[in-house]
Amino acid sequence: MGGHLEKRRSRGLNGHLWLLLPAAFLILPFFVWPSVLIIGKSFSGDTGPLEQYRIVFASPGIRTVMAYTFYVSAVVTGITLVIGYPVAFVVTHLPKKIAAICVALIFLPFWVSTVIRTFAWMIILARKGPLNESLLAIGILSQPLRLLDNGVGMILAMVYIQIPFMVIPLINTMRTIDPSYMRAAAILGANPFWQIVRVYFPLSLPGAMVGSILVFISSLGFFVTPSLLGGSRTMLSILINQQASRLLNWPLASALATVALVLTAALFLIYKMVRRAAATSGGIA
Amino acid sequence: MMMGIGKIKAGCAVAIRELTKEYYPIVAVAPTSVDVASGGFFAIIGPSGSGKSTLLGILAGYVQPTAGRVEVNGKDILSEPMYRRNIGMVFQNYALFPHMTVAENIAFPLKMRGLQKSEVTERVRHSLAMVRLEQYRDRKPGMLSGGQQQRVALARAAIYQPSLLLMDEPLGALDKNLRDEMQEEIKRFQQELGITVIYVTHDQQEAAFLADRIGIMKDGAMVQIGTPRELYERPTSRFVAGFLGEASVFAITGLSAGSEASATIEGGLSMRINPANAARGGKYVCIRPENVMIGQEAARLPNVYEGVITESLYTAGSVRYRITAPAGQSLVSRALPHTGFQLYETGRTVKFGWSPDDVCVIN
Repeated sequence: MGGHLEKRRSRGLNGHLWLLLPAAFLILPFFVWPSVLIIGKSFSGDTGPLEQYRIVFASPGIRTVMAYTFYVSAVVTGITLVIGYPVAFVVTHLPKKIAAICVALIFLPFWVSTVIRTFAWMIILARKGPLNESLLAIGILSQPLRLLDNGVGMILAMVYIQIPFMVIPLINTMRTIDPSYMRAAAILGANPFWQIVRVYFPLSLPGAMVGSILVFISSLGFFVTPSLLGGSRTMLSILINQQASRLLNWPLASALATVALVLTAALFLIYKMVRRAAATSGGIA
Repeated sequence: MMMGIGKIKAGCAVAIRELTKEYYPIVAVAPTSVDVASGGFFAIIGPSGSGKSTLLGILAGYVQPTAGRVEVNGKDILSEPMYRRNIGMVFQNYALFPHMTVAENIAFPLKMRGLQKSEVTERVRHSLAMVRLEQYRDRKPGMLSGGQQQRVALARAAIYQPSLLLMDEPLGALDKNLRDEMQEEIKRFQQELGITVIYVTHDQQEAAFLADRIGIMKDGAMVQIGTPRELYERPTSRFVAGFLGEASVFAITGLSAGSEASATIEGGLSMRINPANAARGGKYVCIRPENVMIGQEAARLPNVYEGVITESLYTAGSVRYRITAPAGQSLVSRALPHTGFQLYETGRTVKFGWSPDDVCVIN
């Protein structure tokens, strides 16, 4: 029966592949072709096709920027997961109507552009901004905190922007966790702590993985927030922008972009392999 | 706290007192009292929505009762959180943890009780042997068949020697043959461990096979409790008579008690009934199909009538007739075909009847 259904489904797909044409018309000339051009350009140079890559990997400055970009993305992902997980847990277990309102609220910041939200963070975190002023007024601080030019403000703002991308996949996975698993854990003698640690958390891992991958990969490419709040340290996207539009060094910019693309794709593949390994061992699919 | 490996005949007696659950304004469980003896197998049956699963949920602890007490070996369990009740439960969907192997699932309750690794290993091995799943110990539940999953759930729920084992329609998801097989297995398992079981099902045959006592629920109330035989032979209500097996039920229009007790039913048909049954009083008479005799066997009974066979159905091992009396009453008769057995065809006029002792007076 399953095979029969499968056959019908694939035949149906074959017959309707033309539905993908509008998307193809958009993606082929405006995404795939430019990507091909950029990858092609990255292999140009005076001393040979790999000159740009030699520069990328030989330059300590560029290596530092890359390491910093991955470091920031990892920190942002970690903080987003720690903050987003309890939020998702609570929203999942609220009554349906209230949960729907909460999800709408989680999406609410999207109504305001990232640039404006980033400027808002600049004001909030400024040396004489509301955060420092109020902490000084209460007496928690004796000196204003430095938040803007050392990456702290940038990470804070990135976490704030990324939270929905973590929370939504988590909620989607958590909603599929049958409440009888928690009941079973409880009746088998697990107190609430062990119910969460041994049963709920492992079952919610696929959502945490999807959210983390989403947040990590999109953090790698963040541009607006690092350029406004990043201070003296540079993220990869800013470096690419500098090379391309200020120094007009398109080959190097292209090589940097290609390296970022390959690393991202590699991460994604590793994630896929982990998922498949988990699925074939009979666990969470 | 923990006892060693090996058989213990240590089921606990359960006393449910005036247990009530209201979801205002709905009464999910009306004040219900049940006693289950140590090592007893009590089945709760009833149509869906009758409150049987809610009752089980209260015992397990994931449903909060409005009022009442539940004592296990004299100790109130309702004030204890779920994880300290030491009750076992087999869920309808088994609720095996999909991210753990069979052995890990079964070991889970022991680990939660802080047992030493060596003892956990030993008891899991013993438990797997008992449900004959040794070679599946490292599989994930998703790769097992329904019956195997059922056995894992059973092993997991019993390995920590719970004082009470709850089962919520555990065979509902299995096909007929497997269900019969699992019934045998559950019965063997329960007798071997001597564990006290409260078992919810909507299948009356399953309940009669497994349980030594059955409670029938309807609209949140336990309408009758008894052994399968008591419930079948002496139902107290039309609902119980119809729910447990087949019955011909007629409204009483006239009832006279005394040594010559008799009842008249709709359509004017009159019958002698057992004086003790008549004294109990009621609105209906109920006659079980196997007590309705046909032909010569009927002729010597005090209650004998003439009617037409309107349906004659031979199924493996039994024959089911529908007989219609001249006044229009229709009733069911069941006979066991034996050698030289005479099969009556549809349309034939026959004598039929039943003994006064076989007439139940019910509400």
